[in-house]
Amino acid sequence: MTTTAAPPAPATPPVTDATVRKVPRRKRLVPYWLLLPGILWLVVFFALPMVYQASTSVQTGSLEEGFKVTWHFQTYWDALQEYYPHFVRSLLYAGTATVLCLLLGYPLAYLIAFKAGRWRNLLLVLVIAPFFTSFLIRTLAWKTILADDGAVVGALDTLRVLDVTSWLGWTADDRVLATPMAVVCGLTYNFLPFMILPLYTSLERIDGRLHEAAGDLYAKPATTFRKVTVPLSMPGIVSGTLLTFIPASGDYVNAELLGSTDTKMVGSVIQSQFLRVLDYPTAAALSFILMAVVLVVVTVYIRRSGTEDLV
Amino acid sequence: MTETASTDRGGDDVRLTGISKSYGSFHAVKPLDLTVPEGSFFALLGASGCGKTTTLRMIAGLEDPTTGSVFLGDKDVTGLPPHKRPVNTVFQSYALFPHLDIYENVAFGLRRRGIKSVKKQVGDMLDLVQLGDFAKRKPHQLSGGQQQRVAVARALINHPKVLLLDEPLGALDLKLRRQMQLELKRIQTEVGITFVHVTHDQEEAMTMADTVAVMNAGRVEQLGAPAELYENPQTTFVANFLGTSNLIEADVAEKTGDEVVVTSAGVKLRLPADRLTTQVPDGGRLLVGVRPEKISLGHADDEGSIPAGRNRITGRIVDSSFIGVSTQYVIDSPVCAELEVYAQNIERDGRLVPGAEVVLHWNPAHTFGLDAAQDIDAGVKTVDEEGA
Amino acid sequence: MRWIRRNVVVVAGLLTLAYMILPNLVVMVFSFNKPKGRFNYEWQTFSLDAWKDPCGVADLCGSLTLSFQIAVWATIGATVLGTMIAFALVRYRFRARGAINSLIFLPMAMPEVVMAASLLTLFLNMGAELGFWTVLIAHIMFCLSFVVTAVKARVMSMDPKLEEAARDLYAGPVQTFVRVTLPIAAPGIAAGALLAFALSFDDFIITNFNAGSSVTFPMFVWGSAQRGTPVQINVIGTAMFAIAVLMVIGGQLVGSRRKKAATP
Repeated sequence: MTTTAAPPAPATPPVTDATVRKVPRRKRLVPYWLLLPGILWLVVFFALPMVYQASTSVQTGSLEEGFKVTWHFQTYWDALQEYYPHFVRSLLYAGTATVLCLLLGYPLAYLIAFKAGRWRNLLLVLVIAPFFTSFLIRTLAWKTILADDGAVVGALDTLRVLDVTSWLGWTADDRVLATPMAVVCGLTYNFLPFMILPLYTSLERIDGRLHEAAGDLYAKPATTFRKVTVPLSMPGIVSGTLLTFIPASGDYVNAELLGSTDTKMVGSVIQSQFLRVLDYPTAAALSFILMAVVLVVVTVYIRRSGTEDLV
Repeated sequence: MTETASTDRGGDDVRLTGISKSYGSFHAVKPLDLTVPEGSFFALLGASGCGKTTTLRMIAGLEDPTTGSVFLGDKDVTGLPPHKRPVNTVFQSYALFPHLDIYENVAFGLRRRGIKSVKKQVGDMLDLVQLGDFAKRKPHQLSGGQQQRVAVARALINHPKVLLLDEPLGALDLKLRRQMQLELKRIQTEVGITFVHVTHDQEEAMTMADTVAVMNAGRVEQLGAPAELYENPQTTFVANFLGTSNLIEADVAEKTGDEVVVTSAGVKLRLPADRLTTQVPDGGRLLVGVRPEKISLGHADDEGSIPAGRNRITGRIVDSSFIGVSTQYVIDSPVCAELEVYAQNIERDGRLVPGAEVVLHWNPAHTFGLDAAQDIDAGVKTVDEEGA
Repeated sequence: MRWIRRNVVVVAGLLTLAYMILPNLVVMVFSFNKPKGRFNYEWQTFSLDAWKDPCGVADLCGSLTLSFQIAVWATIGATVLGTMIAFALVRYRFRARGAINSLIFLPMAMPEVVMAASLLTLFLNMGAELGFWTVLIAHIMFCLSFVVTAVKARVMSMDPKLEEAARDLYAGPVQTFVRVTLPIAAPGIAAGALLAFALSFDDFIITNFNAGSSVTFPMFVWGSAQRGTPVQINVIGTAMFAIAVLMVIGGQLVGSRRKKAATP
């Protein structure tokens, strides 16, 4: 990295033979040398594996005899038929968790950006602080918090909330653990910081005078929020929801630790097919479908929210 | 200071009574009474941190006063939030909504008040500020001057009782600023709405406003028409902040009915008694002021040709700078080390060069007297403030 | 009533914060527990046993060391490669910029499990032995994009005139880079490196697929969730939390003191 890191100065002098000088070849290649190692890494260990996975998904065979590419697309169909509920569950749980993250995260991000004053740094530290403890340990802590005879479940039971959630199918038998509610609660908890930080960044950039201007122009506080704050924080909302939804849709940690066999998400299936059942073609096909679904959802979402320049 | 620009005649005057604002132990605005008459162009002038913007924000409702009340006409609006006050603001650097186009920015206030058909009004308003072709642009696609006009249109379309302007021209370059000053003045005359204008630029305030309130350290130092403030400053701050003044420390020698004679370093100076802002006994100290452009400058050799009855001081030219319409001299004299004199470049006397002995003389009626118990340099602009 | 309306955001925000902090408190409290049986989910009696003997469980501290080693090397690798890419992207023109941008963006827009599974197919096909090296390769891969993003943001906000000024003041290309460019980009690089370390140290899904028989700290915790959770896990979690928070507070104090010293 011993080269000039500045863009070449525009050639303004009159063009004569003496002044026309080609940028030396060595200099022209600088960006490519800078890019090469990192890009190569991504090509070999990110892009190439996708190709291998695609090929694996259309192979047939067994572990003993080895797998061969037979263009067996049937695997996709079979996998979808068998694990269709897991896909639906994944998208449903991840979607719900994303909405909850937005609803819970927005007030906190707003509080830090506009109302915290000198407490701002402290609050930011508190938002990031949970990261410092391994997320698996923290997820396990929810087993204690949501324990059947714990205070939370007791309170929800007394308030008759559990009757409602059971009726909705979110909880079962007066317990929260091992139900969809516990899984969504865990997902929401784990991905909240990924929602709050981009929200905060985009809120913090909003000029406070815009709020004053809206108030000055007869907007009630609620209208100011709807017409000024929300539209201006759209970049944060979009990147926050993506940063929450994408990892949540492929997550299996929360489903495994806090859920039951009825709450398994597609990540669990891929993991067990790959690492325990060793049915590589099915696992690869599932993983490919998940990738495709997520990419489609994300693309449509970005288009709809009109923030393409974000990427 | 408790002054009013006019007697209370109701209508839609803006009245501030005993209004003040403190942040902890810092008093941004000290208790203050002020009346802005309906339909006037009123300027709050002062250096940064003098409390002028805070006063404006209290009128807008963006800041709650610590004490006192804000009246619009007879109505007490002190407790009303900004969105319920018939007052609009042109913000410093405009605060245009970046996600809305010009049309929607201008229509914002009308829509909030539930007005459905805004098209004609917005069109008319954009024409008034000469931006009819820019309706579909976003704010960042406009130049500073255009953004400024959008900000004015966005506020004016609501027909506020009062339009508040917070350093509206601060972000523009000098030439554009001059242009916009005239433009704003034209608009104000056209719509007849009360304008309250906050600025740190004394020239801007004097060009545009009917009435100027000079603020310093949280209080109004003096209030009046621009010419009145310039000719009859009541404090050293006003004397120095508005233009330049030569202030000379002097002792009162004698007082007759309508004239006061003072001496400074043996020089006798006279001034009209009604231009004295304080009561000073014989032998008391006084600050005598005269504006640089009122002084005539002659070479010492011509002293005999100066008419009698004029105040005169002898001295030596230290420095002279030629600035086109006039030449500015700095003169060292026994009464004051740095007297400034601005001479029109009509017939230039070739002998008036640095080092020349000269006589300064002026009509005693142009002399004013101030209380000597104040900082003689208050309000003098330093290099630092100019940059801010 | 008015108070509630005014402070509804504050109350809601603080409730969210409580939701985020609560598990950390539980982890902390339960590091002083003396559980009956194998699982540390129910409060029994106060005890300092685990704190006195944090490595008392087989393989726990070994997994911690492995995680630490991988995180350090992954941070170094990803930071170097990512910084180079970031500079190339901001400061040079070259072909295929769009494709390269997508290649950097995609790993961040991909569920981890997809990357984990595809990388495993690659290693299986190549017959690579799963362990330290495969995990390190995987970690550098997914940390890289985050470093690029962090450094790019910083370099982009940097005024190119600063470098021109340096060259005008007789600094050669190398000196310009070392004395001006690098110090200004440093906060971005540091942020990227910190992020990479945190991501690598705490990664579970990709590691679980590609680690073979090696056990990192998150994998140890995962395994113990099945077999029985020793209190020592909570001790490690609490200690890491405390150290990190102390470092942040210390950093803030130093920062504010410097700021005070700078403004007389």
